Amino acid sequence: MRAFAQLFLSLDETNKTNEKVRILKEYFLSVPDTDKMHMLALFTGRKPKRPINASLVRTWAIEMAYIPAWLFEESYHVVGDLGETIALLLPKNNVSNSKTLTEWIAEINAIGNKTEEERKDWLTASWDMMDAQEKFVFNKILTGGFRVGVSQNLVIKALADISNLEAATLTHRLMGKWQPETYSFEQLIAEQGALDDISRPYPFFLAYPIQETSEKQKSPVELQASLGDAAEWQAEWKWDGIRAQMIKRQGQIFIWSRGEELATEKFPELHPFLNALPDGTVLDGEILTFKSGQPLPFSILQTRIGRKNLSKKILEESPVAVIAYDCLEFEGEDIRSKTQIARRAILEQLQLTTPFPEVFRLSPIINFTSWDELSEMRTQSRRMIAEGIMLKRKSAPYQVGRRRGDWWKWKIDPLSVDAVMIYAQKGHGRRADLYTDYTFAVWDGDKLVPFAKAYSGLTDEEIRRVDNFVKRNTLEKFGPVRTVKPELVFEIGFEGINRSTRHKSGIALRFPRILRWRLDKPKEEADTIETLRGML
Amino acid sequence: MAKKNLLEFTDRGIYCAQGNFYIDPWLPVDYAVITHAHSDHARIGNKRYLAHHYSAQVLRYRLGEIQLQTVEYGETVTKNGVSISLFPAGHVIGSAQVRLSYQGEVWVVSGDYKVADDGISTPFEPVHCHHFISECTFGMPVYKWKPQAEVFAEMNNWWRHNRANGLATVIVGYSLGKAQRILQNLDLSTGKVYTHGVIENTNEALRRNGIQLNPTERITPLTSKDEVRKGIILAPPSAVGTPWMRRFGPYDFGYCSGWMSIRGAKKRRAADRGFVLSDHADWDGLLSAINATGCETVYLTHGYTASFSRYLSEIGFDAREVYTLFGGEEDAPTQAPPEGEAFEVLPLYNGEDLGGAS
Repeated sequence: MRAFAQLFLSLDETNKTNEKVRILKEYFLSVPDTDKMHMLALFTGRKPKRPINASLVRTWAIEMAYIPAWLFEESYHVVGDLGETIALLLPKNNVSNSKTLTEWIAEINAIGNKTEEERKDWLTASWDMMDAQEKFVFNKILTGGFRVGVSQNLVIKALADISNLEAATLTHRLMGKWQPETYSFEQLIAEQGALDDISRPYPFFLAYPIQETSEKQKSPVELQASLGDAAEWQAEWKWDGIRAQMIKRQGQIFIWSRGEELATEKFPELHPFLNALPDGTVLDGEILTFKSGQPLPFSILQTRIGRKNLSKKILEESPVAVIAYDCLEFEGEDIRSKTQIARRAILEQLQLTTPFPEVFRLSPIINFTSWDELSEMRTQSRRMIAEGIMLKRKSAPYQVGRRRGDWWKWKIDPLSVDAVMIYAQKGHGRRADLYTDYTFAVWDGDKLVPFAKAYSGLTDEEIRRVDNFVKRNTLEKFGPVRTVKPELVFEIGFEGINRSTRHKSGIALRFPRILRWRLDKPKEEADTIETLRGML
Repeated sequence: MAKKNLLEFTDRGIYCAQGNFYIDPWLPVDYAVITHAHSDHARIGNKRYLAHHYSAQVLRYRLGEIQLQTVEYGETVTKNGVSISLFPAGHVIGSAQVRLSYQGEVWVVSGDYKVADDGISTPFEPVHCHHFISECTFGMPVYKWKPQAEVFAEMNNWWRHNRANGLATVIVGYSLGKAQRILQNLDLSTGKVYTHGVIENTNEALRRNGIQLNPTERITPLTSKDEVRKGIILAPPSAVGTPWMRRFGPYDFGYCSGWMSIRGAKKRRAADRGFVLSDHADWDGLLSAINATGCETVYLTHGYTASFSRYLSEIGFDAREVYTLFGGEEDAPTQAPPEGEAFEVLPLYNGEDLGGAS
């Protein structure tokens, strides 16, 4: 654990990529193999199950820190991170212990089944044998909030350097549902990686956005200049669903979401078509709700995403289908290095033979001969229930991760309204102790009705100025939330809008975010609730 | 009519009507007692100033020609029956707590202070009083400082490490206080200390005042970049990211502040290294200082005033929040005035770094 806590601290102490890679390599070379696998699991988002719920951890920490509960809460709002707050508030001890990361995680996994009293004794005794940095890292693992400011790419780069394997190979081998207890470092870096895990997905290839704002659109001439001849590109609609990889191997099927979550059971409608695929097939596509051959808006799909049990009603009201757009494995062979055109041909072949063409659909190819023509067609995206257009270079292989060059997403303008900030709350992490989370309202007659919360989109300098405004214009405080004098106007962008019975305004937005600070607008000129209703 | 308090909080600053003077006023007045030379406490435009002897040259450097009377710690000046004396606050060189006594009642205004001895400022001395006016910049229990020897050991190691790896080293701290504290604790066997002009001006003012500081070299357009890169560069926060600083790259830059104890604040600064080093008292320091005064009433002027006054009330003090314009550094967590009190909000001083320490 010492080494792991030090790793975390060292990574925190530099902003330089090369230095981070050096630190990661040093860590890999200095710890036992089982620790390496646990570290990789944590750094790739595979957290142990939370053995003690956060409110118990809090309660015990408050007792041990010997401060009133309200002061603990206020401290938490200053720090913005529970694990760190606890580490800062617990009595200091300058001890350490020699347990490895593997040993600690084994304890964390084992304690879940014990009585509350045993868990408390274990936790307080554990805290007592750690210094502040160890406590912090331990708390992060324990409370399931483990995130690290290092991209998976850097970790893999360090691993590639010490193992002499390609980064893409390692990325692939770290995908799927492996567990650090059973997947050994030896297996991970073996020269010939046997495909021992039949569920393992390929890393997704992600498109880069074509950057534009509502004021600055890309002209056909600019597209020609940056992308070249239109004939080299394949265009499809950009579907607004759940990106998924679907696997059929050795008679078994697996559905992976982009967040590397195994979602097979969430989409029973897809099982018949997947079972009908030949063994050794992997498809990439988008899951959407469909009704009488038409895709439905994302909001319908959203109603079933969070559900544990899919009721008959839900399955009837929002049945899903797949719009497939790529094939990564065919007849048991990894075909990612084939060209877009070749993979598309295989995909079409597979689709031709499916007995379930209503569920296994193809993402239609948009015919176009010039950028002019495609720009024109893009304006129809919303009518197609699409978010814009995807551009794929016909000669390109299927790559790993977000890569510039061969896949581009060209979204249509987001929807937007001008709104007034009325509440503010402190942020977390990098934004702790700064008012960065805002609630926005639009006019309903002479009243302001809140309709969205948003916290991204401002520059650090703007955040600082808004923070200052909030501190000087607070009307009321409710716990961490401040009611602010309505004055500042922001343009709020969003991806979708739906009716909602849960919100006062009667609407709910999808992905609301701050597009810009409208310093030019007085609050009276903000939009009204009618404007929003008109977008429904 | 209730007896008027010896000190009142007005829109010009903390005021003593009996003696007709202000302490650290933020609007021009006839007579200002100054706790220390940071810009949120010592402002321009007052007719007469009273401060500690060690602040004289820095005040003149920052405020120009002023009518200034200086005193030693413990020396008494009387104004219309009110005895005024200064006691060490341990915040920066020359910083003072102001003790006022009139007809047996004693008030102390802390200005900014820290309890731990930094080896260069005269160490904090608790003063018995009835009413204590305290800062609480770091008045939350998450702020607990390590002994400075540990911090400077880390800093000196970091400098050596950079030097061995061909990186220049830039250390950032406020020009009055932090800069000298760092300077006196660097391991000069590693290399020379180069200073930004703003810091060197302050150093010169302090040296004119008879303060012994380690040798420094002012960076001028003629200074050799290669030589500077072998030493350590002391720079004020206003220099971060400027072309002045960038020309010494590639470098690693460290930031010294109490805020660095929170990961989020550290990341926001985007410093390569954050050193937790503050010239303010931490949570335990504030509590011990307040306890040591034996006071009945505590007034909290700046920092986490709302939470800290609530906590003090719960442990048995008569604690009150007052609204002042101290703590004007850009990232200080100022809190809004309590409801019902109508204060006109004045713009904060927002200039170069002549600023307060954090």
